[in-house]
Amino acid sequence: MSRLRGFIRSNARNPNAIAYALMLVAALFYPAIVQFANGGNGDYLVGLAADGGVYVLMAIGLNVVVGFAGLLDLGYAAFFAIGSYTYAEVASYHLGVTPIGHALHVPFWLALFVGMFIAAVAGALLGAPTLRLRGDYLAIVTLGFGEIVPIVFRNGGIWTGGVPGISALDQPTLPGWIQGPWIGQALAWVPDFRLNSGNLTAYYVLMMVLIALSVVIVHNLYNSRLGRAWMAVREDETAAAASGVNTVSIKLLAFSIGAATSGFAGAFYGAKLSYVSSENFGFTVSVTVLAMVVLGGMGNIPGAMLGGFVLYFILYWLLPNAPQQVESLTTAVGLGSLNAATPGGWPGIATEVANSKFLIFGLILVGIMLLRPQGLLPSQVRKQELTHSAHEAVAAPRQLQ
Amino acid sequence: MAPILRLEGVTKRFGGLVAVDNVSFEVQPGEVFALIGPNGAGKTTLFNCITGIYKPSLGKVTFQDRDLTGSLPHRTAKAGIARTFQNIRLFEYMSALDNVRLGHHCRMHAKLWDSLFKTPLETREERQVIEHSMELLKLVELDNVADSYARNLAYGQQRRLEIARALATDPKLLLLDEPAAGFTPQEKVELMELVQVILDRGITVFLIEHDMRVVMQASKRIVVLDHGEKIAEGTPAEVRNNQRVIEAYLGKSA
Amino acid sequence: MAAAVQRLRTNVLATPTASLVNLVGILLVVVALLATVQRVYQGGATYFFETVGFGLAEGAIFALVALGYTMVYGIIELINFAHGDVFTLGAFFSAALMGTFGLDEGKSSGAEIILPLLGLFLVTMLFCALVNITIERVAYRPLRNAPRLAPLITAIGMSSLLEGVMFLWKGPFNLHYPNLLPSQQIPLGGDVTISAKAVFVIVAAVILMIALTLFINRSKLGKAMRATAQDRDAAQLMGININRTIAATFFIGAALAGAGGIIYGLYYNSYAAFDGFQYGLYAFTAAVFGGIGNIPGAAIGGFVIGLVFAISDGYFVAAWTIPLVFGILIFVLVFRPTGLLGMRVPEK
Repeated sequence: MSRLRGFIRSNARNPNAIAYALMLVAALFYPAIVQFANGGNGDYLVGLAADGGVYVLMAIGLNVVVGFAGLLDLGYAAFFAIGSYTYAEVASYHLGVTPIGHALHVPFWLALFVGMFIAAVAGALLGAPTLRLRGDYLAIVTLGFGEIVPIVFRNGGIWTGGVPGISALDQPTLPGWIQGPWIGQALAWVPDFRLNSGNLTAYYVLMMVLIALSVVIVHNLYNSRLGRAWMAVREDETAAAASGVNTVSIKLLAFSIGAATSGFAGAFYGAKLSYVSSENFGFTVSVTVLAMVVLGGMGNIPGAMLGGFVLYFILYWLLPNAPQQVESLTTAVGLGSLNAATPGGWPGIATEVANSKFLIFGLILVGIMLLRPQGLLPSQVRKQELTHSAHEAVAAPRQLQ
Repeated sequence: MAPILRLEGVTKRFGGLVAVDNVSFEVQPGEVFALIGPNGAGKTTLFNCITGIYKPSLGKVTFQDRDLTGSLPHRTAKAGIARTFQNIRLFEYMSALDNVRLGHHCRMHAKLWDSLFKTPLETREERQVIEHSMELLKLVELDNVADSYARNLAYGQQRRLEIARALATDPKLLLLDEPAAGFTPQEKVELMELVQVILDRGITVFLIEHDMRVVMQASKRIVVLDHGEKIAEGTPAEVRNNQRVIEAYLGKSA
Repeated sequence: MAAAVQRLRTNVLATPTASLVNLVGILLVVVALLATVQRVYQGGATYFFETVGFGLAEGAIFALVALGYTMVYGIIELINFAHGDVFTLGAFFSAALMGTFGLDEGKSSGAEIILPLLGLFLVTMLFCALVNITIERVAYRPLRNAPRLAPLITAIGMSSLLEGVMFLWKGPFNLHYPNLLPSQQIPLGGDVTISAKAVFVIVAAVILMIALTLFINRSKLGKAMRATAQDRDAAQLMGININRTIAATFFIGAALAGAGGIIYGLYYNSYAAFDGFQYGLYAFTAAVFGGIGNIPGAAIGGFVIGLVFAISDGYFVAAWTIPLVFGILIFVLVFRPTGLLGMRVPEK
């Protein structure tokens, strides 16, 4: 008990610990609150959070690549696509349609790992010849890769479903699940549990569990010799190499882990949507995840998560709903004339708000880098690096944060 | 006794410029060996050729009977050659302790799996590394600033930290590139005491230095470079009286 | 004798991978050329020259955009991701200004449009140049000494911002750009013709490129730009105002891109908010191919990539053109980062 008290006391002022605690509490109570606030019709919002979780997973993964190892990956969506398509190939009837003629129906949870593995391999293959390039060249190469992959899938003809993609994927099934009073049922173990769009809470819970697990794992990495090596390579590659760090293989590891996370998220995404198509994996996705990491705090796990949740809700809840809200707002303050479309080309404020996604991205990325490069929730180290305020800090946080 | 380091005909060309020209010498284990020469003689370039930052255009570098010519820097570190830099290259935004912990990287055994899942092996190894790092910090008298950002340390402390980090790689040969630059006489004395402690641990020391008093006092043998060429080699007494060496430093008399 | 053998051994063993890769690269190019030649022969002369004409025209526009990329990269080692969007902005701006200059699709496209068109060019080029130097001042200059990642992220952000503005302005879909150029085919002998539009594009682009070359090589500012690109500190010590020189580079690069935007619109008669980013990437491929930082290289690279596009679309499967171009980008960066004429060697 006193150990627990000591733990709490030593972390009470640590912004990261507070962030984790808040996120944990929020995650636990979110479904209940949302259902309550919407009179039992909160399913949509619960499902939205589950979808948002996919992006949060990606943000955690990209944070390893960009934040920890300092590699700018502008083609992150490529691995997302690879994970999704792998899932679609192995967990559906699709392979039966291809010249192979025999469909695989790999169980859901296993297929997630297959998707992750294939994406990791792709990451290693891309990374091996390219990670020794300097930062901006690497960025361009990853961008190019990110453009090539969806096109390859689109051109894949019968193998990848071509332009329409692959649909009607296997319904995700888990070997077992616990149901309980939180969805109004008696506490019981459900074998052969099927996840479907009728039970979005199950998706939500699964996603939260996956996020929690990935946070723990990435946290462990950060505090290991890998995490130190990444930090060192990011700071001074020559000195790191002279001190015994194999810089190329370290970078490759970061890159592959990032790719694996993206692939895993992609597989989950494909499974939930029960559909994959090359349309969903463009550069916009890569930029979105990058913006999340930058906004939240590069190099800081809870920062990347926060950036993920915040930006996702802005993009997928705030912006779609904003037009009506903004219209009422302008009317309320007497600027109602802005609401209507004019023949001069002004499409009405509702449309403008709905179309401002890219402008918002741009403002976030530029604004953050200029005004608060360490992001909303920076790691102590990054804050020092980016604002050169090291002389104010008395003690560096020992690598255990 | 077999030399710990042998250079044979090492040459480094950058386009038309020959920075190091056909340099050969041997370093014996357990001695303090010094490399001196006027500015621009190619001393740091030679260090870089030994540690793998540059690949020699010609020649061979043998370390403990292993051919290390052109090996990548992390491989020479793993083989047992550690170095410090002329311009101090610390990880500024990491603590002193973490800088030294980083030095242990190539000697650790935790694999990716261990790091991902924080296995007992990983926890145990991290604890050992922290202990050993604190020992090294104590050796260079930096244990009281273990948690300070490397950036915030005083100049002398930074130089000592770099040495501690180099020692963390468990080397058999330590290359020090102008370790006494900018030191007060007192600090230079302390540095020489540290070098002796390092020698007592069985590590051979090979240093580049400009301060002649330090060089003459501390080193057992010296090699002199000028315009990339070796112009003299021998004991301090021999080198001190060598005509070519004197000319190289003072210029030819009319 | 032993030293000579030693030297030989070191040199031969030194680059086994490099020479293997060079071999593979050459082999691929040879195979591609052979395949192309075979199809060209099958397709006939008319089709061939049509394709080449198209490729050169497209390449000319790529070259104009590539020049901006290569100049900026040469001077501050930054990939200005927003450059492609400034190019599109040129198309947007000029389209909006058509009426002001009295240019209309319905009217004739004879010699009387030359003066207003020139005016349109100048105004658009100025506008794009001003936008670009504002971007440099606001988003890149403050981060000149920041860690490498920072200005790259800002560049992406700027690109997104510009796209957002154009998106809000006119939406995401393809818009029609006034068709002002004569649409005849100019005969070159035999069955071979080239479209007047293509001629216009190539001639306009070449004129601009010549103007740029003269400026870079003859003017004081051009010399300052070259000096700053080679060694910024030395240039500063020589009394060159670095900020102004860099701003000038952005100014000129964007002016070319803006002109490129008009030329693009006049040639394709279409433009869209999101065109520019990808187009910019193809232009960047051209710049890398020719040797990043190398101005004649960017021009040559532009024409080469344009031809690659045209030949791939015309003689092979169009769906694989874009992967091919990006594949070339990756290949060049990984295996021959200095490009064709190479100036900058990306050190590690």
